[in-house]
Amino acid sequence: MIKPKYKLFFLTFLLIASYLRPLQSAEMIDPIKVDWSFKGLTGTFDRAALQRGFQVYKEVCASCHSMQYLSYRNLGQPGGPEFSEQEVKAIAASFEIEDGPDAQGEMFTRPGRPADKFKNPYPNVQAATAANGGAYPPDMSVLVKARKGGANYIYSVLVGYEDPPPGVNLDDGVYYNKYMVGNKIKMPNNLSDGLVEYSDGTESTVDQMAKDVTTFLAWAAEPELEERHKTGVKVIIYLILLTILVYLSMKKIWSRIDTEV
Amino acid sequence: MSKEEKKVNRRDFLFTASYTVGAVGVGAVIWPMIDQMNPDKAQQALATTEVDISQIEPGKSITVLWRGKPVFLKRRTPEEIAEARSVNLDDLPDPQKDEERVKEGKDEWLVMLGVCTHLGCVPLKDKGDYNGWFCPCHGSHYDVSGRIRKGPAPTNMEIPKFEFVDTNTIKIG
Amino acid sequence: MSDQEYTPKSKAGKWFNDRLPLLTLGAHLTDYPTPKNLNYWWTFGGILTFCLITQIVTGIVLAMHYVAHADLAFASVEHIMRDVNYGWLIRYIHSNGASMFFLAVYIHIFRSLFYGSYKSPREVIWIIGLMIYLLMMAAAFMGYVLPWGQMSFWGATVITNLFSAIPLVGDSITTWLWGAYSVDNPTLNRFFSLHYLIPFLILGLVVLHIWALHVPGNNNPVGIDIEKPSKDTVPFHPYITIKDAFALLVFMIIFAGFVFFTPNVLGHSDNYIPANPLVTPAHIVPEWYLLPFYAILRSVPDKLGGVILMFSAIFILFVLPWLDTSKVRSAVFRPIYRQFFWILVIDVLMLGYVGAMPAEGIYLVLARVGTIYYFLHFIVVMPVVGYLEKTEPIPMSISEPVLSGGADPSIARKVNDKA
Repeated sequence: MIKPKYKLFFLTFLLIASYLRPLQSAEMIDPIKVDWSFKGLTGTFDRAALQRGFQVYKEVCASCHSMQYLSYRNLGQPGGPEFSEQEVKAIAASFEIEDGPDAQGEMFTRPGRPADKFKNPYPNVQAATAANGGAYPPDMSVLVKARKGGANYIYSVLVGYEDPPPGVNLDDGVYYNKYMVGNKIKMPNNLSDGLVEYSDGTESTVDQMAKDVTTFLAWAAEPELEERHKTGVKVIIYLILLTILVYLSMKKIWSRIDTEV
Repeated sequence: MSKEEKKVNRRDFLFTASYTVGAVGVGAVIWPMIDQMNPDKAQQALATTEVDISQIEPGKSITVLWRGKPVFLKRRTPEEIAEARSVNLDDLPDPQKDEERVKEGKDEWLVMLGVCTHLGCVPLKDKGDYNGWFCPCHGSHYDVSGRIRKGPAPTNMEIPKFEFVDTNTIKIG
Repeated sequence: MSDQEYTPKSKAGKWFNDRLPLLTLGAHLTDYPTPKNLNYWWTFGGILTFCLITQIVTGIVLAMHYVAHADLAFASVEHIMRDVNYGWLIRYIHSNGASMFFLAVYIHIFRSLFYGSYKSPREVIWIIGLMIYLLMMAAAFMGYVLPWGQMSFWGATVITNLFSAIPLVGDSITTWLWGAYSVDNPTLNRFFSLHYLIPFLILGLVVLHIWALHVPGNNNPVGIDIEKPSKDTVPFHPYITIKDAFALLVFMIIFAGFVFFTPNVLGHSDNYIPANPLVTPAHIVPEWYLLPFYAILRSVPDKLGGVILMFSAIFILFVLPWLDTSKVRSAVFRPIYRQFFWILVIDVLMLGYVGAMPAEGIYLVLARVGTIYYFLHFIVVMPVVGYLEKTEPIPMSISEPVLSGGADPSIARKVNDKA
């Protein structure tokens, strides 16, 4: 009975493995593989990259893309960019947040507080769509989880702008991107060397900025990643230990029975 | 120790170890299931409220919401302060000086949780036998310092953590 | 052992047990004589119980934070993931738990197919099991709708539209299911209600499933009837419980691997895009555990035909005990059927694979071949092979694997009676 056992195990894993292979659509090429620090079983985020990435988001992306599920306080929480409490307060206060209604029933603006959600550049999806030539700039809170290829794909699109190959005609406000699904993208190439002045002195090349902001987005989509990895390692070690104990107990108990099971 | 006994001991150790380690794991799994009912991170972050007090006339009070509970902010007149301070502490069920319930130098401002310490109702202002608050649910009387004077409530109304950000703004929490 | 013989030792225990015989039940479950040769494929019953309890507990917890409203559902899931204490852990256990549940149930079903556990006298156990499986699919489908992402919305649209294939009343039924003129807030609300209900129905059926199992007792790898209790059996506790615990722990290691290190790999990235009734994603695929049926549905170029065939693929299993004509239960002693069994396994895996692929070209051909074999296996192979096959000699008892030379499992019993 040994053989079918292995057969079924093998097939089960084959089944899972086959589903894990992403569906390839004809018009999509594999994104660039980046050796992210948050990959792997014990992966963590690079704090400096997260802080730089937030700067790129704030100065470049935030004028069109919302991140409505994040709050300023998240920037200070463990496992994230880990800005200090004072820095988080200052960042939040640099945004004018609408609040209200006040005692007179009027809406008013006030400086942001850490508990506030990230300020949305547009009042609603329709306004965002209208202001961007009919293409809604997607909310970036979970963007990395919402795209096949995840962080690699986001990074690839950011650096994937090139001139259209001969024979491809693009309408006004449409750009050619090697990695974008369908190759046509309505977001212009917003990154150029030296665009952002990093406070930590890192040279702001397009590649550097793309990597930093992608790291930031990866954290935004999975703020629990570091805690998850840490807990996961502990849980697996614990389970293996208990499994060994229970296995030995099982052998002991079954040794009372004269059987070849 | 005979061979047989040794065998038994090793078995006992294995079983005890399995049970113990297993029980630790069960405990570790139960905790998240309990902790998830505690206030979440968004709730915890809403712990402060800033209030503009420039519009409050002496003798008047406003009520603001803080952590889902009403907070009374009363600007007391000199007469009310004098009245609150003339009370004999021995007459109080929960003895506390009025000075301990306000910020020094800001004696006119009484900031307290508008929650009756009996069973959590919101007392009515300018009611009751002591010129302060009266809880309609079970008849607790509070004085102008928010101290319990008569009725079933066991303690004075609670003073939350607060500070004056500037002369016109109070930050609660 | 006999249930009537049990008397609690303490006076209080006896007092209580005379009024509600819970202690008798406990003693019955503890001492329950179980075949001693059960292999690890038999541990999945316990694993499935664990899965059900895990899903119910984490589900109740999630329902404390989730908001079943089209405008708020997606945001409330993000709230769970970001703000609720251990919310990410609980949600990932629940979402991956569904996949692990199905992984275990498929192994459980194929174990039953291999060892003939569905055959007389265990037909009722088998049918209750299939009802559980159907309810599991309903619960999983509705649960997948709740995050209100793109796959939730469009999956719900596609599956509910299956009912529109019914002649005459189809459209009315679909509208009735929706409570609107498309999948909308009322649909989400009722799906949440039903998603909360179904696990408790499953729990009730599980009790019946185990009750029905305890009448004839467990089948075993050899597939012969055995005397209970005898030297062929062991008490359920500690022999089977410890073995179940060991297998469960190995299963939990795999489960934890998914939850902590690849929590979204079994899901679909499009479901992190909020539901949008104006845009359909490029590829709509159900969760992996429903893919074989999805392939059967798409293999038929006719709407009603596809739906009928898909439901037939499940309902044919209900009459399986009567389609199988073999007197021998276990495929261990059935050299021909054994081959067909593995062909069926590969066939179902292949159907699952093509179910995830676009319905065109070679995938469509494979889906059709796979569908045809699936039905042939049950309608033709099982009855015919049962008649024609020359089975290998089966042992008379588990303890004494003496070859009887015959193919009748009742012989083993007779010999045992004498012993």
